Formats: sequence, structure tokens, C-alpha cells
Amino acid sequence: MNEMTPTREERVANLKGMGCARKRVEDARFTQGKGNYVDDVKLPGMLFGDFVRSPHAHARVKSINTEAALALPGVVAVLTAKDLEPLGLHWMPTLAGDKQMVLADGKVLFQGQEVAYVVAEDRYIAADAIELVEVEYEDLPVITDPFKALEEGATVLREDLEGQTEGAHGPRRHPNHIFLWEQGDKAATEEVIAGAEVVAEEMIYYHRTHPCPLETCGCVASMDKINGKLTLWGTFQAPHVVRTVASLLSGIAEHNIRVISPDIGGGFGNKVGVYPGYVCSIVASIVTGKPVKWVEDRMENLMATAFARDYWMQGKIAATKEGKITGLWCHTTADHGAFDACADPTKFPAGFFHICTGSYDIPVAWVGVDGVYTNKAPGGVAYRCSFRVTEAAYFIERMIEVLALRLGMDAAELRRINFIRKDQFPYHSALGWEYDSGDYHTAWDKALKAVDYEGLRREQAERLEAFKRGETRKLMGIGLSFFTEIVGAGPVKNCDILGMGMFDSCEIRIHPTGSAIARLGTISQGQGHATTFAQILASETGIPADMITIEEGDTDTAPYGLGTYGSRSTPVAGAATALAGRKIRAKAQMIAAYLLEVHDNDLEWDVDRFVVKGAPERFKTMAEIAYASYNQAIPGLEPGLEAVSYYDPPNMTYPFGAYICVMDIDVDTGEAAIRQFYALDDCGTRINPMVIEGQVHGGLTEALAIAMGQEIAYDEMGNVKTATLMDFFIPTAWETPNYTTDWTETPSPHHPIGAKGVGESPNVGGVPAFSNAVHDAFRTFGLTQAHMPHDHWRIWKVASDLGLHG
Amino acid sequence: MSKMHLKLKVNGQEVETLAEPRELLIHVLREKLDITGPHIGCETSHCGACTVDMDGKSVKSCTVFAAQAQGAQITTIEGIANPEGMHVLQEMFREHHGLQCGFCTPGMITRAWRLLQENPNPTEEEVRFGMSGNLCRCTGYQNIVKAVLAAASEMNSAKEAAE
Ligand code: FES
Ligand code: FES
Repeated sequence: MNEMTPTREERVANLKGMGCARKRVEDARFTQGKGNYVDDVKLPGMLFGDFVRSPHAHARVKSINTEAALALPGVVAVLTAKDLEPLGLHWMPTLAGDKQMVLADGKVLFQGQEVAYVVAEDRYIAADAIELVEVEYEDLPVITDPFKALEEGATVLREDLEGQTEGAHGPRRHPNHIFLWEQGDKAATEEVIAGAEVVAEEMIYYHRTHPCPLETCGCVASMDKINGKLTLWGTFQAPHVVRTVASLLSGIAEHNIRVISPDIGGGFGNKVGVYPGYVCSIVASIVTGKPVKWVEDRMENLMATAFARDYWMQGKIAATKEGKITGLWCHTTADHGAFDACADPTKFPAGFFHICTGSYDIPVAWVGVDGVYTNKAPGGVAYRCSFRVTEAAYFIERMIEVLALRLGMDAAELRRINFIRKDQFPYHSALGWEYDSGDYHTAWDKALKAVDYEGLRREQAERLEAFKRGETRKLMGIGLSFFTEIVGAGPVKNCDILGMGMFDSCEIRIHPTGSAIARLGTISQGQGHATTFAQILASETGIPADMITIEEGDTDTAPYGLGTYGSRSTPVAGAATALAGRKIRAKAQMIAAYLLEVHDNDLEWDVDRFVVKGAPERFKTMAEIAYASYNQAIPGLEPGLEAVSYYDPPNMTYPFGAYICVMDIDVDTGEAAIRQFYALDDCGTRINPMVIEGQVHGGLTEALAIAMGQEIAYDEMGNVKTATLMDFFIPTAWETPNYTTDWTETPSPHHPIGAKGVGESPNVGGVPAFSNAVHDAFRTFGLTQAHMPHDHWRIWKVASDLGLHG
Repeated sequence: MSKMHLKLKVNGQEVETLAEPRELLIHVLREKLDITGPHIGCETSHCGACTVDMDGKSVKSCTVFAAQAQGAQITTIEGIANPEGMHVLQEMFREHHGLQCGFCTPGMITRAWRLLQENPNPTEEEVRFGMSGNLCRCTGYQNIVKAVLAAASEMNSAKEAAE
């Protein structure tokens, strides 16, 4: 060794492996305007598609006249359901076992529904042509209330399903009913509730909202008739599934379809599904022989593409007088809109909503979810959450607060005495999950201490006294939330999407000079996969992260995977990456043994090399091994150094966290000022703390939006009242507080590197924290439940209804 | 619709193109001039993804007609880096993790670039207020604010050193 020989610490630092706050490799191009998003794709002769959409929420389509539109110079085609029907594409299957109109087939069922598709030489001509398509409608009665939809004699919305009493998820008991899905033991739960010392009951509504990524959905379809290949660029969170679906729908063989997800400007669940725009663009490209681009505008995005939530959750929670929870009951009425297009694993029509026993040891529970059709847009997507986990977390974290009120108990203490204890893991929940790991008490104590919880409660009590004396008009609210997520879907034995098991994949090639490329079945939408997956590989293979290219999103080159949503990239593809890295290392060990002329058992791994045990000066670095794998014949081994891993997770992962929000609420204006937000996350092993913190900031801000103002609201005629960013609340830098982040680290026992996923935790845990703070401010005045979003008007109304305006 | 002969100076270069007067500046930039750094997030002036600098002011280019831009000097994200490399703002956005999906980033940086010329020494409040026309769905702004403040202080120390 000489002075130039790096020390072990230097070698570790050089890797930029797991645990290091590696700066992102994506940023150089994004900060210089060199990203490549779908709308940046420009092909010779490219045409533009645009939709004629329904202004009505429920109407019969009497006629469509496209003559005037077709006469406009620059208009190439106008497609209606009649044109798609011979191809069998006027309807398409949804991910939830239902079907959805691609273009209005005789009637429209929600405002903004696709009626005709115009193809023109540029987007201005397309927009002009839309105005020229004449559609004659005949109004039908509109239903926007899911409870009214199930009334006897209610207008039948889905006439196409008339007489079908069996749906994809069991019996339908009413023409507007989709399914009843149950988990747990109903009779036993009801018995416990009937005999309980204390029962708290409440209707908790989680309103309809929308993921609204900054980039809307879009695609470019290009059919090359000469070689029969279809290339489809699009904002797809699951490009491989899109390829399979496109093949099944179009009849084009799967190898002749190439799907590319380029850079994606945020997804949050909005970009999982298949939308009519994709189908129409593909058809238009086949028909015209030209590439066709379709990018929805913001109004179309908010009105028609994939809403989230809209769950009416009736809850009962039973406990002893001392506050030990004895049972939980929940009946949910789920408004799915006009088509059941939820993006859930096939066997879970209500997603993982049955994680709603939360972080608590609840001996018996039952949930039932009724899915209902209304005249609203389809969707029900997992908006920055793992399939209805956000609804579940909101439900239980509100029920706990309601129970604390009933018991007259401190809500932090009530949580503490009901937490699943560390020694109970792996824990089997009453609703059938096996929680892999957790240490809730440690996290909770750390959080309460960090914010000086008792001090806050004292201050709150003083403020209340001052309020009563008329010295202030501001109340203080302390919002508590302790959530358990369930992410990383999921085991192929019970999780699939359209029959595709929810595994994920990674394929690695090491180059002769010791750098590498790895391709995954997932696709980043801002999570920084190119940065973090290289860190996993660096730690596993000893190749510095800076020398590893990560590629995703091109189905011609990447291995098949189910994509990125539900916080599944790290739990599933991250595991595949680690295991592929281990395969590389295993082969590297054989090569090193040959080169060093020792038995492979005599070698040990050290950061970036194999070292002969007991002889530290004898080693081969990964770079040397890589070179050898290409330039020498090694007996018994194939040349090259590559590996592929398809990972089927044995279980989900269960990240958790403790969030506390402190708010000052002006009872006269309804304004809520967030003065402090503390977020402790436990996502298991931490791959890149900087990226984790960024995910938490972003998720909390989406939670802030949802809890405090964001909604997709309809009037009684089914008009969308919040279809622009003027009405649909997205916080700016001005409204958004600074957050304090913190962590504990409880690795997942079944994940190769112990990681659990984090992207969605802050949204799942954040919403109840904000909402509980609002409720808590009015707690002593008798408020038990006020529905979100808690905008100024609604908070003002709460204060007014409680008689606080004198 | 008849087209007008549009002359602009974009990122220091004289350019000309034909455009309908009603065409929006963002579409002219992206589709006619292949300047795809500025993005479209709403086309209704709410999101700021399309922010460019026009004659010394931040504008939302989805709210400027081609006709209004005749003869204007325009700087987009593509024109912000120096010949020597990235602008301090670009570096600080990377350093402080001020971006995730990157879709808002060109607009954010272009806006911050003008903000720091208007107010070279802003407080956190002034940054938050001055950037409030630009929406981000990913970052929660905390790191964007950090990046802009860090860039301001870097730029100020560089200026002091030069004086
Ligand atoms: S696209 Fe111009 S402000 Fe949103
Ligand atoms: S980084 Fe995605 S919108 Fe700002």
C-alpha cells in the first residue's frame, strides 16, 4: 500500500451507496430545460387529437354531426363510437373488471365524458374543429349522491348492465350497485359492539379529490405500417401493463408494440389507468398512418381523468371504560362514478382498505364496502397512496379521536395503550394482514417529546381560557396522527393487475471497464430512481453509483414489471435490484477465486472487492473482476457479467409514522395557520435520506391540500365545480409551511435490504394530522366530526354552528 | 387564419417564424422554435410551468399572445446557464433537492432568476411570496425556497468578492 491507496472509508464514500444523501443525477437535465416529457416528443408529420366532451352529466346522445368539422381545412378525421365499434374498441375493459365507453355509445354518464375524437394538423385546428362537431343530447335525470343511487326506483345509470345481477366482485343488489366487499367477522364484531362498555359512532367522509400532477396525461401513438410496429410514448406509470393491454385490445402482437414512458411530470396515481385518449390516438394513428399526439388540458384532467377517494365511512368503535379497544366496525359507501375504473389489484375492489384497524391491536373487526355508480367521472385511483390506504388511515385516526372524546381521554394516551406492541410482530390483524415489523411506542414517544406535547396541551388550555375571557379570537388545535401503511404490492399469489402478477424486476449488465447499466420494470415520476437504485446496486456490487446508469420505461429494453405506484418501487423493484446485484456478486466471487487461485469459500467481500481471508493484501476489485469476465476463459463459467432478477415479494411492507400538526384557527375568518408540523417516518432501511425528506415534504403538501381545501365538487346537475386550478386548491409556496422531519428505523425482516417505501406515507399520515388539528381546536365546544376539506368557509361554518360567533 | 411574421429575440438569438396572432407564446416557443424547457401545466395562468422572461419581467407564456410578443426579448430556462456551466440557481436547486419530477423546475428557476434581480437579498417570506405564482406538486416548496435563498447568498458573496 502507498499513500495513494484509498482507505476503506474512502472506498465506502466513493461508492455513494445506501444511506448516503447522494445528489440526484436527474437534476442536471431538468434544471437546464432538457427533460424529455411526452409533450416534448415531436415526430415528422405528427397530428393532434382532441376530444369533444359532454357538457351533460347524464344524457342520451341523439345524433352526432361531424360534417362541418370535417370540412375545416386541416382536419384529418373525426372518430365517434360508430367508427370504433367495428374494431370492438368503442368500449374497453377497466382494471376493476368493469368496462368503460371509449367514446359515447348512445349516452353519456358524466360531465366531460369523451364523445368524439378530432384529429387535425395542429392543436389549434383541432380545438376549432371541436366547436364544429354538433351533438344533440336529451337530458336524463342526474344522480350525484351514492345513497340516492341505491334508492328503490332510482334511475338506472348503466343500462348496458341491465339484468346482470352478478358483477366482477359478486352479486349486485341494485342496478346502480357494483359490489359489496366484506372482510372480517361481522357477527362477532356486532356482538362485541352490542355488549361494549363504550361505543363511539361516526360517519366519516373522505371527499372526492384528484391527484393533479403538474403534467397532465398524454401520449403519442405512431403506427409504422411498413414493419407493423406500434410505438406508444405516454405518461404511463405502468408501461409494461399498457403494452399488454394495448396488445389485447388492438390485436397487435405484443412484440410489435413498444411502449415508452419518457420523463413523467408527476403521477400520484393519475397515470396508472388506461384512458380513452390512448385508445383513440392508437386508432387514429393506424387509420391515418401518421403519428398522433394527444395531451389533455388541465380542465379535462380534473373533470375526466381519474379522481380519488369519495368514501362515506360509517364507523363504530367499541372499548372498555379504560380505553382498551375491543372491536371496530365499518360500512363504506364508495362512489365510483359512471364506470368502475379503480386501479386496484384485481382481487381487492376496495384496495387495501381493510388495513383500517391501523396501528392498533383490535381483537375483532368487520368492514363492508358497497361500490356504487353515479353520474361522476370514473377513477378511484390510489392518489399517492397504496390502494385506499389513505381512506383507511383517515377513518381509523378520526375514529380514535372520536373515541377519545367519548371517553374523555387524551388522544395521545388512547393511542399509546392500544398500539400493537413491538413483541407482537409479526402481527396478524383481525382483518387478515400480517404486519411484518414495527416499533410504534418508540416512535410515538420520540414524536411527543420532540414537540413537547404536554407543553402544547398546557398552552392550548391557556389559549382556551383567554378565548373564553374574550382576549383572543384564535383557537389552537393539536392534530395527532399515527399511521401504518401497507405498501409494496405485492405477492403474486394474491396480487395481480389484469392477471399480471405484481412482481417487479431488474436486469444488470456490468461493462468490461467496471461500469454498469441496470434496467427496471418500474418508472420514476420524480422519485429519483436513477439516483437511488444506483445506490442500492453500489452497495451490493461495489461499483460506484456514479458509474451505474439506471434505465426504465422502455418496454423494448426493460424487463417486465408492474410499474410505479402504491409505493411499490422500493419494496418490489428495489428488492429485485438488490438480488440481481447479489447474483452479480456471486459470479464475481467465482471469478475472483479463479484469479486468486483460492477456493471461493476462502474469499470475503469487502466494500468493492473480494479479499482472501487472512491475507488482506490479496484481493481482486470488482473492476478487475469485470474485466476478467470479458477477457479470459474461466473454466466452468460463461463469459460476461450480467444478472436478472424477478422479485415476487413474500409479503407487503408496513411503513409507519407519527405526525403532529399545530394550528392556530381564527374563528371569525375560518383561517387556519399551521405553525408547526413534525413528521416522524419509519420506512425501514433508508436508502437516501435527502430523497426521503423530499418525498415527505411533497407528500405532506399534498395532504395539506386535500385536508384544507382541495376537492372535486359537483352540483346537483352533475356539473364539476372545481375544474380549473383557480377552483381546485393547490397550495403555493405562500400557504405551505416548513416541516420538521425525523425518523426511526425498523427494517423490514423479509425485504433483502430492509426497505419499506416512503413516497406515500406523508399523504396517508398527513391528512388525518391536518384534519385532526382542525377538529381538536373545536373539541371542547362539542365538535365530533366536520367533513373535509377544511377550507376557510367550512371552518367558519363550524365555528358559527357551534355558536362561537356570538 | 392568416399568419403574422413574428420576430423575437430568444436567449440572445434573433429568430423569426410565422404564427397566428392568437397563438400563445408557449406554443410558439415549444412547437415552432423547439424550445421545450418551459412546460404547460394548465394554459390558464395558474401554474407557472410556462414562465419565461419577457422584456425583463416574468410572464406566464400561456397568457401572452404571439401578437403581443412581437419584437420582445425572451429568456427561457435554456438561456439561463452561463457559457462556463450551470447558473448558481441551477446548481442550488440540485444541491438542496429543490426538484423531483422536474416539470415545474424550468418555470421555477426562470422565475427565481428574475426575482433575484428584482430583489438580490430576499427574506424567506419574500421568496415564498415572490415565487407564489409557480406551483409545484412534488417538493412542498421547502427545498425550493432553500435553494433560492442559497443562490442569493452565493451570488451576493461572488459579487462582493468581485468588488
Ligand atoms: S401553463 Fe401557463 S400558467 Fe400554467
Ligand atoms: S418537481 Fe414536480 S412539480 Fe415541481
